[in-house]
Amino acid sequence: MLKKAHSLLCIMIIIFALVLTGCSGTANEGASSSGNGKKVTITFMHLWPAGSSKQQNMIVNEIIKEFEEQNPNVTVKQEVLENEQYKNKLKVLAASNELPDVGMTWAAGFLEPYVKGNLFAPLDDILNSGLKDKFVAGTTEAYAVNNKTYALPLELNITPVYYNKEIFSKYHLEPPKTYEDFKNIVQTLVKNGVAPIALGNKDRWTGSLWYMYLADRIGGADTLKNAINDNGTFEDPSLIKAAEEVQHLVKMKAFIKGFNGLSNDEAKSEFMNEKAAMYLMGTWELPNFTTNEEVPKEFRDKVGFFKFPVVDGGKGNADSWVGGPGVGLFVSENSKAKEEAKKFVKFFIEKWGEQSVTKAGVIPATKVDTAKIDLPQLYIDVLNELNKASNITLFADVQMNPEAAQTHLNLIQSLFGEEVTPKDFAKQHEEALAKTKEK
Amino acid sequence: MNKMMSDKKVIALYVLPPLLLIVALVYIPIIMTGYYSLTQWDGIGQMKFIGLDNYKELIKDEMFWKSVYHSFLLAVFSVISLLGYLAVSLVLAGKIKGANLLRKIYLIPMLLSSVAIGQLWLRIYHPSNGMLNHFLTFLGIENPPNWLADPSIVLYAVFIPIIWQYAGFYILIYYAALKSIPTSIIEAAIIDGANPLQLAYKIKIPLILGVIKVTIVLAVVGSLKYFDLIYVMTDGGPNGASEVIASYMYHKAFRSFNFGYGSTIAFFLLLICVVVTWLIRKFTKSNEEVQYY
Repeated sequence: MLKKAHSLLCIMIIIFALVLTGCSGTANEGASSSGNGKKVTITFMHLWPAGSSKQQNMIVNEIIKEFEEQNPNVTVKQEVLENEQYKNKLKVLAASNELPDVGMTWAAGFLEPYVKGNLFAPLDDILNSGLKDKFVAGTTEAYAVNNKTYALPLELNITPVYYNKEIFSKYHLEPPKTYEDFKNIVQTLVKNGVAPIALGNKDRWTGSLWYMYLADRIGGADTLKNAINDNGTFEDPSLIKAAEEVQHLVKMKAFIKGFNGLSNDEAKSEFMNEKAAMYLMGTWELPNFTTNEEVPKEFRDKVGFFKFPVVDGGKGNADSWVGGPGVGLFVSENSKAKEEAKKFVKFFIEKWGEQSVTKAGVIPATKVDTAKIDLPQLYIDVLNELNKASNITLFADVQMNPEAAQTHLNLIQSLFGEEVTPKDFAKQHEEALAKTKEK
Repeated sequence: MNKMMSDKKVIALYVLPPLLLIVALVYIPIIMTGYYSLTQWDGIGQMKFIGLDNYKELIKDEMFWKSVYHSFLLAVFSVISLLGYLAVSLVLAGKIKGANLLRKIYLIPMLLSSVAIGQLWLRIYHPSNGMLNHFLTFLGIENPPNWLADPSIVLYAVFIPIIWQYAGFYILIYYAALKSIPTSIIEAAIIDGANPLQLAYKIKIPLILGVIKVTIVLAVVGSLKYFDLIYVMTDGGPNGASEVIASYMYHKAFRSFNFGYGSTIAFFLLLICVVVTWLIRKFTKSNEEVQYY
């Protein structure tokens, strides 16, 4: 009996030793970044879980599979998180200097601290190796700091107002051309007990979209941009007017009940369950209204979109959009397999451009040839609008640095909650921007 | 046993490993946080030492004091709710039918994770489809409040699930303490003609006073540090109406990229907790130790 236990112990020790050496072996291989056939693992963190972004998740898996087939020495390990969790985890990883080899980032203000902290690798070398011409003009610039590009965009988003055609036709409504039409629609819907607009303002950037559009239509394409860049001021009369209009809409009961306490997902489900008639959101939602098989076809066929209406006497035109490049791919500066990671990013961007259109109905940041492929009409319409766009204003919270962005978002919530006057709203923006400039 | 306890090597063997772990995982981070609180740092780039500037800013920061007020309000509500739990436990520990089942029912909320509780109550509070507002409209109230969107109500609306969540925990503690009172004492009191109220007030509560003090400290410190449900349900909003110290610290450090300032808030929170604990212990200190026999 004792002997048996002894031999068992010996075997266990041997196994344990093997496991240990095995582990250290792969770790060493991971560290070498040369392409001489050694096994390399690159980690890839993204925000398209199979549950909420099914189509995107599928494409990611296909691209990775294809990449691994072509590069048998490289293994891509995925980590998938939901949007908000993703942002939080990225910060924590950055603070402890453990960023994944490849990950996703947003443009401008979001990217800046990471670049300043030397955490992202410049990607100009792969951009100039033939990738540059593939991007829609102006998309990569949003990821550039000091003339170096630190991430390559995957999506290009604009934000149309989606509406439920059935509800509209029930009350004999037409998509609005002017803001007056729009207010009439809101009034008719309220009168008939239908919630006009689904808005989840707990997430706050959702409300910011409404303010940005009103600012654009009233003050023209540059007023808000200049106010944020400090070339202008938030106390510009047209920006104050835009804030007043927001509160006017709130008073008209244009938004669903309790919008300040609802998340964007909760609001979206009100629109998807046909309890609200309109929903202003980025084109990343397009798959849910076109190709996503999990959404009932009846509903998908009911969704249309219109451009944010023009305001009488305002300077903005209907072809000016709020939007901008969405997430982009970065490579970690401290990655142990930088070459492979860059190769993967290049491969991913190329494949993504082709597949995201046909399979996910997402608008990629790379150019699309729509003539060759069979696409849902809604998608083609949006794409055509995009080609006609006179201006794209980058989301305000992305334009600002993180500190000012938080103030902006909080102020948006109080504006919608009628806790701040439009004048104070403008004043507090100015103060916040001045304060961040000091530092 | 005694021989072992006098062996210094053995004592060191038992005491040192946990001591090292606690120093490494608790005290060193506290000291580091204290240092970060003296810097201007975005959590990623270069740290800049700025002395007490963060603390000066903290004192002027209205939003911070608002969150401190909210946290203390939660502490007050928690302590008041302790009275209710004590009453429930006194009944449960008496010889009533189904006490065991009831105890389990009370304990179940504690077994759920905070995120699940948050999701559950979000459904209850939903302004148009929520259970609560359905019920209120059924009663004939036409415009039931938007529980989580109205800044004047939101704070109390999130307090309720927080207090609900911890009910089982405190009831369990009180229940266990009450059950450990020797039956002979209670029987003697009954023979002496004490009615149930007198029994509770004059015998049972004084005997578990030590436990009650501990629960008060736990409730107050727990409330001051509270974070989970606030984060899940309102994220401090709308516009800071339900912000507490911990959520404000989180927002500053992770949303605004202001790690230095976030650390300042964290360090201040630690100071508040230490002072409050010390005060409670000082004011509830009694010289008599309970002796059963």
